[in-house]
Amino acid sequence: MDTLSRPIELDWEAGACAHVPYRLYTDPAIFARELERLFYRDHWCYVGLAAEIPNHGDFKRSAIGERAVVAVRARDGSINVVENRCAHRGVQFCQKAYGSTKTFVCPYHQWSYDLGGNLIGVPFRKGVRQGDRVNGGMPDDFALAEHGLTKLKVEVWNGVIFASFDHDVEPLRAFVGPEVGRYFERVFDGRELTILGYSRQRIPGNWKLMMENIKDPYHPGLLHTWFVTFGLWRADQESQMIVDGRGRHAAMVSRKNDGGRSDAVTAGVTSFKENMVLNDDRVLDVVVEPWWNGPTVTMLTLFPSLIVQQQVNSLSTRHIVPRGTGSFDFVWTHFGFANDDATMTRRRLRQANLFGPAGYVSADDGEVIEFSQRGYAQHGDLATVCELDGRGRGGADHNVTETLIRAMYGYYREVMEL
Amino acid sequence: MNATATIALEDRLRIDELYARYAACLDDGRFAEWPDFFTDECTYRIVPRENYDRGLPLATLSFESKGMLRDRVYAITETLFHEPYYQRHLVSGILAEPDDGGFRVRANYLVIRTKAGSLSEVYSAGRYLDHIVDDAGTLRFREKLCIFDSELIPNSLIYPL
Ligand SMILES: [Fe+2]
Repeated sequence: MDTLSRPIELDWEAGACAHVPYRLYTDPAIFARELERLFYRDHWCYVGLAAEIPNHGDFKRSAIGERAVVAVRARDGSINVVENRCAHRGVQFCQKAYGSTKTFVCPYHQWSYDLGGNLIGVPFRKGVRQGDRVNGGMPDDFALAEHGLTKLKVEVWNGVIFASFDHDVEPLRAFVGPEVGRYFERVFDGRELTILGYSRQRIPGNWKLMMENIKDPYHPGLLHTWFVTFGLWRADQESQMIVDGRGRHAAMVSRKNDGGRSDAVTAGVTSFKENMVLNDDRVLDVVVEPWWNGPTVTMLTLFPSLIVQQQVNSLSTRHIVPRGTGSFDFVWTHFGFANDDATMTRRRLRQANLFGPAGYVSADDGEVIEFSQRGYAQHGDLATVCELDGRGRGGADHNVTETLIRAMYGYYREVMEL
Repeated sequence: MNATATIALEDRLRIDELYARYAACLDDGRFAEWPDFFTDECTYRIVPRENYDRGLPLATLSFESKGMLRDRVYAITETLFHEPYYQRHLVSGILAEPDDGGFRVRANYLVIRTKAGSLSEVYSAGRYLDHIVDDAGTLRFREKLCIFDSELIPNSLIYPL
């Protein structure tokens, strides 16, 4: 039941998705409804990669919305996801980020659970014998089966773990849809993955701003010098903006060019550095991989919690974990493939210098998100303008557009009833 | 580190001074001078403790030459859009032992960040694991590894640690 459906007064012109009210980024009542309707109901959220927990008993802590969860590999090889909260007194029982175990035991009163989240042991459940009497114990009608951990619905799609608190959620592939799913399967085609490592940052901005950032092909060629100068992403390249049937997920697909001066896209762009030459260009030692089939970059947003990055030879999942209205944690998991040779692994690691909290093209995304949030905090009644390429919400065969942001807010308005 | 290996007091003082000069350079924002603390062949890496402890190779930044350090300086000053901040490095617990014609050094660091109009905050806490060599009379870093405990980077990391 939606306990958060009390009316939210918002002055937002019906059907207008080209203007987004600042209050969407600052209002705690709106945020509470987002958690309920976008993270805890009707949606699949990212939890991790199956390669992170390869052996049975392996677990990792993760989060969906503001709820902590644990993903664990069961004896039969399947993956379970349970909420990190003991059914007894609500203790977050799992404190290790990663590990391996046979059971989950809550430290407070030693309630124990199997790897499926079923309660298997309660100390003193039958009471404690003292002389000829028995002290305490649980009531006769106490049933272990009624006090398991919260079990999430889980689907693992070619090595990527998704879960939902909502057991009535539609199947994962239908949720993502064929348009974007095609690009998901381009990266995750069932090949074995290798985990290269993590980057974690806390960005002082609303979580939706990161979804918007990766639905915004307008900014990379303007904000990011490396993209416009070296031609990794700019307005004059062949691009496809792909959106799912409901407007929530998207793929930005493009093909790099040689960069350099072009009156159409670099004139007056201060971030363009015509004479910039790297002292050591191994960071941009791009090698085309056969599975790319054309595009050099595909950036996927799987609403609400996941970004999948393929930018030349660098691959990562980026997990969005909201922390209130004005902050979110952003967890990058860089990976490669088990059949990469040492040279390819080194190449992926070198190109990782472009990404993450210090990256040549990502550090400033966090910075501008922080400044956006500050701007929104200054006014309760204003709205952003997202009118590049009109006010429609379809796909596009170029990248001079804000259509994907509008598409997301079309969907958002429907689900949020705002 | 091997507790039995000792170094001359004079070397110890030179190493202390290197760390003090390194911190002063970064804290003054003299980034153009930063690559000069390294030998021509060098590595500089900033690594989350999580990755280091688990043997995962990903670094937050990973540079394998002085050229890459110079490219970072160019990015800091010309290409990476960011809100400027002060850094204050506190380096302590320097442990050094002779190794391979130079010194292996472990030291703690704490970096405090201050932005205009804001309170100072702990920005990064960690340790350096370094290899220092005598480069024609000047001590320089051949390897510098910054392993930070701080689980979450407060938004972004622009300047070297
Ligand atoms: Fe960006």
